[in-house]
Amino acid sequence: MEREARIDITSATDIVTARQKGRGLAIELGFEGSDLTVIATAISEIARNIIEHAERGQIVLAPVHQGSRRGLAIVAQDQGPGIPDVGQAMQYGFSSRKGLGVGLPGAKWLMDEFDIETKVGKGTVVTMKKWLH
Amino acid sequence: MHVPVLKQGDYLIASVQAALTDADLLQLRDDLADRVGQFRSRGVIIDVTVLDVIDSFATRTLRAVAHMLKLRGAETVIVGIQPDVAFAMVQLGLTLEGVGTALDLEEGLAYLDRLAKRNRNHGTRSTN
Repeated sequence: MEREARIDITSATDIVTARQKGRGLAIELGFEGSDLTVIATAISEIARNIIEHAERGQIVLAPVHQGSRRGLAIVAQDQGPGIPDVGQAMQYGFSSRKGLGVGLPGAKWLMDEFDIETKVGKGTVVTMKKWLH
Repeated sequence: MHVPVLKQGDYLIASVQAALTDADLLQLRDDLADRVGQFRSRGVIIDVTVLDVIDSFATRTLRAVAHMLKLRGAETVIVGIQPDVAFAMVQLGLTLEGVGTALDLEEGLAYLDRLAKRNRNHGTRSTN
């Protein structure tokens, strides 16, 4: 029943697709209420981040287990320009281009776990998790 | 999905029917700016009851719409933000500062009526 979903992010329309798929999988996994909105919103922010900075990329949604804990993992990856200063990019309100500078730090606040790996010229991978309570 | 805009007396009501892409949001902004001129509307209600996500882009666009329409002489009120959506917005640090909000359509209409009355009493079309 619960399986991985892979969404190519190539246009702003895919942002809506990604967050709807994320919500769907989260429901299957047993998430409810505000968690569903929080997950969908976090996906929206990181998907938009791909479009604005890398133009294209991919979002992978998958169930995760750790001991008795179960949850949802969201991985956003792109082969874009990478982020020269991650610390700065994670500052709320800092934006290198358009936007509110809310995307990455906002997604971090919304999720339980957040990890970012980036290399200039190679791309960026953001991994976020939300655990079922 | 295209957002239908209905004329109701001096007001316009934009009733969001389904999830909006970035392009839909920008289209709504342009539609409302046009219609306010066409119908000489004094107020605009944007009903977002069906939206399950209001992210940073949607927030920024709604704020821009409200400020643009204000410059065109119309007040805007956003109605129907769901509790879970409000929760996620607060978590994200998003605000609709300077934009009217109300619980639902009925409260939105009452909000615009109050503003219109206040403006009439002051003999101007626009305050605050």
